Amino acid sequence: MGFLRQVLVIAAKDLRAELRTKEAINASLAFALVILLLFSFAFDPTEETTREISGGLLWIVFAFAGALVLNRSFARELPNDCLDALIAAPISGAALFLGKAMANFLLVLAVELVSLPVFGIFYNVRWTSQFGELMLVLALGTWALTVIGTMFSALTVNIRLREVMLPMLTYPILVPALLGAMQLTTGLVAGQPIGPDTVAWLKMLIGFDVVYTAVSLVLAETVLVG
Amino acid sequence: MSAVAVEGVWKFYGDFPALRDVRLEAAAGSCLALIGRNGAGKTTLLRIIAGFSRPGRGQVRIFGNAPRETETRRQIGFIGHGISVYDELSALENLTLFGRLYGLADPRRSALEWLERTGLERVRNGLVREFSRGMRQRLAVARAFLHQPSVLLLDEPFTALDDRAIAVLQTLLRQALAEGKTIILSTHQLREALELASHVALLNRGQAAFSGPSTPEMAADPGLVYARYGEG
Amino acid sequence: MREKILYVLGIAAIAILAWNINAIARLPEETEQGVTFKIIFFHVPMWAVAITAACAALLASVGFLVTKNFRFDAAAVAVTEVGLAFTTVGLVTGSIWGREIWGIWWTWDARLTSALVCWLLYAGYLMLRKAIEEPTQRATFAAVFSIFAFLDVPIVVFSIKWWRTQHPAPVFWAGGSFPPDWTKHLLWNMAAMLLLGIVMVAVRLRQEEAQREIDSLRRTAHTL
Repeated sequence: MGFLRQVLVIAAKDLRAELRTKEAINASLAFALVILLLFSFAFDPTEETTREISGGLLWIVFAFAGALVLNRSFARELPNDCLDALIAAPISGAALFLGKAMANFLLVLAVELVSLPVFGIFYNVRWTSQFGELMLVLALGTWALTVIGTMFSALTVNIRLREVMLPMLTYPILVPALLGAMQLTTGLVAGQPIGPDTVAWLKMLIGFDVVYTAVSLVLAETVLVG
Repeated sequence: MSAVAVEGVWKFYGDFPALRDVRLEAAAGSCLALIGRNGAGKTTLLRIIAGFSRPGRGQVRIFGNAPRETETRRQIGFIGHGISVYDELSALENLTLFGRLYGLADPRRSALEWLERTGLERVRNGLVREFSRGMRQRLAVARAFLHQPSVLLLDEPFTALDDRAIAVLQTLLRQALAEGKTIILSTHQLREALELASHVALLNRGQAAFSGPSTPEMAADPGLVYARYGEG
Repeated sequence: MREKILYVLGIAAIAILAWNINAIARLPEETEQGVTFKIIFFHVPMWAVAITAACAALLASVGFLVTKNFRFDAAAVAVTEVGLAFTTVGLVTGSIWGREIWGIWWTWDARLTSALVCWLLYAGYLMLRKAIEEPTQRATFAAVFSIFAFLDVPIVVFSIKWWRTQHPAPVFWAGGSFPPDWTKHLLWNMAAMLLLGIVMVAVRLRQEEAQREIDSLRRTAHTL
C-alpha cells in the first residue's frame, strides 16, 4: 500500500476516534476560550492596544490550546497497547507520524477557526479584511506547531510528567515559528497585507516548516522503533 | 531454513543483560512453548522476535529475513499483554483498519470473516469499550489472525481468558498448525500450552536453559522441565 | 594517568586565566563605554565555548543514533551540561553587569533573548533525560531532541535579531571599537575557557561511566 494511502488511513483513524469522544477537542476549545477571557483582564482592551497585541494573543491561545490536542496524539495509542500494533504493521514510521500530524493539524485548525470569531467578538476586532493571507499564516504556523508537537508527543509518550514535559520541550523550539506567526498575524488582523518588510517572516515560517517536517520524517522510525 | 531462528541474541537494558546468548529455532509448522519464571525474559524475547525492539547482539531471522522488513512484518501476527484494538472504535472498524494497514485485498470482507470465526459477528458494530473481557480477548485474536500471518507470536495468550475465549483460541491455533503455520507462545499455563506444543524451551534468567521437543512426560507433569532445568 | 592530564590541563587553564585577567585589568579603558567594554573578554569566549559545546552535542547525538555506542551518549550529556553551565554563567554575569552599569537586570535585546531560548532548549534536553529511565530509550530520544534543538539555534538567533531590528530594545553592550592589539587577550581567554570546558567534560564523562556501571550492577543484584 502506497505511502500516501498509509498516511490517510492513519489520519482517518485518528480523526474518527477523536470525533467520537471529542475529549481533546472539547478541552482544547474550552481552554482557548478561558485564555481569551483571562487576557481581557490582563490589559484594558482599547482598540490601539488590541491591534498591537492581536498576533501575540492569538498565537498564545493557539499554542496553549493546541498542546492539549497534541499531547493526546500518541498518548491515545497507549491504552490497550495499540502503539504496538501500529508499529508491527507493515507501514513506515514516517507514514505513521505524518498521518497523526495531519489529523492533529485538522483538529488544531478547527479549534483556531472557532477561536478567531470569538476573539473578534470579545475584543471588538474586525479581523477578516485580509482573510486569505491570514488563513495562509494560520496554516503555516499551525503546521509548525503540529509537526513539532506530534514528534515530541512520540518522544514523551511513556515518560513521567508527560503533560508537563511536552510544552516545556515544544515551546522553546517553536520560538521562531511563533514569533513569525505573531508578527504576520498582527499585521494581517490590522488590515495590512503582507508586504516587503514582513514577507521575510513568511519565508522563515515556510523554511521552518520544511526543515522540521523533513527531519521529523527521517527520524520518525528511530523514535517509534527502539 | 527454519521459520524462526534466534541466533545468539543478547538484550541489554543499559549494561544489564536481560537476555544472554539465546539460541532457539522453530521449524515451520511447529508450536514452541516458551516457559519460564517471571522476569526470565520471555516477553523481552518475544518482542525482539516480533521486531518491537532490537537485540544488543545477535539477530533474529524469520524465514531468513529480519523481523522489521516490511514483507516480514506481513508474516507476523502478535498478541501481547494488551489487546491492541481501539476502545473508541467498533469491532468491525478496528479490524477493517488493520486490514487496510496490512494491505488486504478486501479489508471489510476479511474483517467480517474473522468476526465470525471468533464469535463476534453479532457485536460487530459495538464499541470495544463496551465489550466484556472475553470479547475483547477474542477481538485481539481476530486482529492477530486477520492478515493470515505465517508466524504467530503470543505472549501469555491464555492468561485471564474466559473459557469461551480459550476454546476459540485453541481451535484457531490448531487450525493454524494444521495449515503449516509456526507458533511461539510464552505461558505460565503449562497445561493448555503443552496440549498444543510440539517443542518446549525454558528461559531462566535470560538464558535458554532447555529447548527440545515436548514429550508425553512433560504433558503429564508440566512442572518437570522446571524441576530438571530451572533453578529452585 | 588520565587524571594527571586533567589536573595539568585544569591548572594550565586557571593559570592562563589569572595572568590574562591581570593583563586585561591594566589595559586602557575603551573610550565609549569605559570599563564595561572589558566584559567582552569574558563573554565572547564563554559564548564560543557554549557554541562549541552545542556543535559537539550534535555530533555526539548523531554519532549515537548511527552507531548505538553509549560512549556517544555519555559525551552528548557531558558536553550539553558543560555548555549549559557556561551559558548560565554568561546569562547571570551579563545580567549582573547590566544591573551595575545600566540599572536594569534584564532587557529583551537580541543576544540575551536568543541566549535565553538556547538555555531553555538545553535545559529541556537535560529534563528529558531525567524523565526517561530506560537507558537505550533515554539515549535515543535525547539524541533526537538534541538534533531538533541544534537545528533551531540558528533560526532562533536569526529571527530574534530580525525582530529586534524591527522593534529595538535597550542593548546591554553595543559594538564599540576594538583595538587590534587586544585580540591576543581575547584569544588567550578563549583558549583558557576551552581548556576549562574540556576538563569539565572529561570529569563529567568519568562520572557518567561510573554511574552507568553502578546502574547495571544494581540491576544485576536485583535478579540474584
